[in-house]
Formats: sequence, structure tokens, C-alpha cells
Amino acid sequence: MTAPERLVAVPVRHYGRYVGAVVVLVALGLLVRAFAQADLQWSLTKHFFTFHTIVAGAGRTLLISVLSQALGIVLGVVVAVMRQSGNPVTSGVGWLYVWLFRGTPVLLQLFLWYNLGLVFQTLSFPGLGSAQTADVMTPFLAALLGLGINEGAYMAEIVRAGIAAVDEGQTEAAQALGMSRGLTLRRIVLPQAMRVIIPPTGNEFINMLKTSSLAFAITYPELTLAARDIYTNNLKVFELLFAAAAWYLLMTTVFSIGQFYLERRFARGSSRSLPVTPIQRLRTLVGTGRQR
Amino acid sequence: MTATPMVLSEGVHKSFGSLEVLKGIDLAVQPGEVCCLLGPSGSGKSTFLRCINHLEKINAGRLSVDGQLVGYRQQGDKLYELREKETAAARADIGMVFQRFNLFPHMTALGNVMEAPQKVKGLSKAEARDRGRALLERVGLSDKVDAYPAQLSGGQQQRVAIARALAMQPKLMLFDEPTSALDPELVGEVLDVMRGLAADGMTMVVVTHEMMFAKDVGDTAVFMDGGVVVERGNPREVLTNPQQERTRAFLGKVL
Repeated sequence: MTAPERLVAVPVRHYGRYVGAVVVLVALGLLVRAFAQADLQWSLTKHFFTFHTIVAGAGRTLLISVLSQALGIVLGVVVAVMRQSGNPVTSGVGWLYVWLFRGTPVLLQLFLWYNLGLVFQTLSFPGLGSAQTADVMTPFLAALLGLGINEGAYMAEIVRAGIAAVDEGQTEAAQALGMSRGLTLRRIVLPQAMRVIIPPTGNEFINMLKTSSLAFAITYPELTLAARDIYTNNLKVFELLFAAAAWYLLMTTVFSIGQFYLERRFARGSSRSLPVTPIQRLRTLVGTGRQR
Repeated sequence: MTATPMVLSEGVHKSFGSLEVLKGIDLAVQPGEVCCLLGPSGSGKSTFLRCINHLEKINAGRLSVDGQLVGYRQQGDKLYELREKETAAARADIGMVFQRFNLFPHMTALGNVMEAPQKVKGLSKAEARDRGRALLERVGLSDKVDAYPAQLSGGQQQRVAIARALAMQPKLMLFDEPTSALDPELVGEVLDVMRGLAADGMTMVVVTHEMMFAKDVGDTAVFMDGGVVVERGNPREVLTNPQQERTRAFLGKVL
């Protein structure tokens, strides 16, 4: 038997694509040219990118974002579980929390926390004594509470959706094995809900990195405020804002990569083979990868 | 003196809203007995099975397992609902196998089998692992210990599910159409495992459409329809020489 004749055909020409590509490239070129000719000192942007107050600001942005997101995740899980509760008071309070903090602007909430001392002059902690609110409520703490508690309302909805996505048969199987409700939630439902929870949570964190810039309004010296403090003195507005923007992009890029690996880890068991990492793809491309 | 029945059901009723699914089930399953529940879909077989480990609450009648009321405690002539912990403890002694397997997809086969002995019974990790490996070997899956459910065939998954239930060393096993979700060629391997269990003297209540299995392995066959027990007896008798018209009609269609 002879091998079948190989099929030869002229592929369809996509002339529209060539035109589209040229239009986009020309527009991009004009934009680059405009910025190249603009009254901008790029060397200053480079200089300020590594300037100590800008780096410190980026560090504070990272710190407040990580801590606020962590607070948000903890609150989100607690509130999501509260809303599943059979106790109407517990589930009602959970609903109220989401309604209140998701329904008002985060900037307004930041102002409220920062000015707490106006309505409560002293804060007393049973067994620990009391303190002046103005001393305790630093810009850092106000930013943490404002951003974290606001985030908790969004995380509660994300976690609730994740729990709802887990098949009811899983809970039944766990119960049939004699597992308690709490154990079932911790060992069976939440780990599976993670697969649904993680992608939007990564989104939330990347949002948080940028939303944390609102804390400049309550004088927390994060990245945007650091850049603004400098440009109000030297008037190099764009140079400094670009330096800050570069830091934001760097941070969001790094965490997007981290999210990919985290999602991959929690995909275990839900698909037969895990998605290949970019590094594995590179290895197969250059032919040094192990056969999978 | 006769032994306490493993399952004793007296006038059990169950409704979902206005739909009455069980209309008075009277049934006793003795220790070591293999009881097959047969009947058309919607006849209440699965619902009755789920009542036995309190996945469904009954509305009327009495249902007890090994002399203990399911889901309630009687003091004087008052019934008290059991606490969540007490219900969980009762369920730990009853194994259940589901139609859709319901394996935990984020755990390996061994992880699935180890979970409850470790977290509910408080076995050490080593003890749970030994028990898990032995059970997976018993269901013929010693080479799939580290596989995730998604990497297993339906028949293999169901065998892991049986091992998972056995790991709690139950005194009673409930099977809810264990082979209905399987490709025909995979049914045999699951039935073989169940046959082995029956031979070892396990008390089993099996909801099934496998008439051959009921005939070969069952000690009793119970034919249900419309929420009541229509006919019961020796499976050979019930399946080959049914006394009730309804049973005859059903068997005429499926055999």
C-alpha cells in the first residue's frame, strides 16, 4: 500500500490582519515618539526608582497590602462561615457586615478609622488598661483596619461562592464517615473551595496593592505619597509618578507569577495533569526537559 | 432469644414537602444479612437507605440500628434529638457507598482511606496508613495508592470508596446503587469486592438494579414501590417466582 498523497492547499490570506497590525504599530510609534520628545527627564525617573524614600514607600505599600489582605482573608472566611450558620443572629450579622462595608467607599472608611479619636477619646481594653485613641490610631493602624475590614466584605463573598461550588456529595460522604461539621469544612470543603477562591483572591490582592495608595489621604507614607512628597518640592511630577508606576508594575507582575503557581498547586486532583509552568515549557522547547 | 436486628424499621415515613416518599416501611435486617432493596426509581429505596444513617430525617415511625434509635434518644416516652456529635459518632459505625463515589478529589486514594480513621477515630498516621494500604490491597488497588481520584476509572474509584468506608470498621454497610454510574464492563470488579465482603459476614443493605447480584449474594430481596415494601423474601423466590402482580410487572421489564 502506498502512503496517502500529502494534501497541498494555498492557505487563506488574512489581509485585514496586516492592515490592522500596521495601524496599531504606527499609533504605538507616534505615542513613543511623543513621550521621547516630551519635556521629560527619563534619567530622573531611573534615579528616583532606587531613591531611598521611594523604595521605602514601595516597601510600605507592600507591607500594608499584605497585612490588609491577610486580615481580609481571615475576616472573609469567618464571615462566609457565619453566613452559612443555622443561627439567624450569626448569619444576619454576617450579612450586615458585608452590606455595610461593601456599600460604602473605602476612602470614607479610612477617614472614619483615622478620626476615631474624635468620638472615642480613650480606648479601654479589659484587663490591659486603656490608651488615648489618638496615640493608638496611627496612620498605619487606620490604613490596616480600613483596607483590611473593607477587603473582608469582598473576601466573604468570594469564600461563600467557593464553598457553594463544592459538590454536596462531598459533605454527605464526610458526614457518612462520622466527620463533624467543623472537620468537614476544614478538611473537605475549604480545600476544594480554594480552587475557586484563589483566582479572584489574587485579583483582590493585586487590586489591594493599588488601592493601598488611598492611604496617602490619611498620611500613611506609602509609595504614592512618597512620590508626591518629592514632586511637590522638585516639580518633576511625571518623572516621579513614572518611577512609582514602575514599582507598582513590578509588584503586580511578581504576584501574578506567584498566583499562577498557587493555582497550579490547588488544581491537584481536579484535573488529570497539571498545567505546565513557563519554565517547563521553555525546557521542552530547548529539549532539556524530562519526559513527563 | 433472637439477636437484636442490625436494622429495625417500623412504620417509617418520610416526606419532602408535600411529596410523601416513604409511606410506612417495616423491615428488619439481621446481623450478617445481605439485604437487597429492589424497585423502580422513585420507589423510595435510596431515601430509605439515607434515613438509616440519618442523612435524611424521618417524619414518623421508629428506625434503629443495632438497638440504637437513629438520630434520637428516648427518655421515658419523650424523644430527644441527638446532638451533632452523637449523630456523627453513630454514623462512624455505618459505612456508606454512594452512586457517584463522592471520593475527596484533593486527596490520593490512600489519603481518602486514611482521613476518617485518623481525624475521627484518632488513629496515628502510621496506623491509619497501614490500615489504608491493607484495605486498598483487599479491593485490588495496591498499585493505585498514590493516585488521585481523577486518575482512576469509575470502577477503581468505587473500590476506593468501599475501602474508605471499611476503614472505619463499620458494623453495617449501606450501598446506594454502587454500580449504576459505571460502564458495564467495570461493574463486575465492584460486585466482586462486595461479594467478598458478604462472604466475610458483613451486614449489608444494598440498593441495586443488579438482579444477578441480588440472586447470588443476597440473603433477602425486598421489592419496594411507591414508598412501601411490596414483597420480600428469599431472592431466588422473589426474583423467579414473585407473588405480587407489581413485582412481576417490574421484573418482566428488567430481566
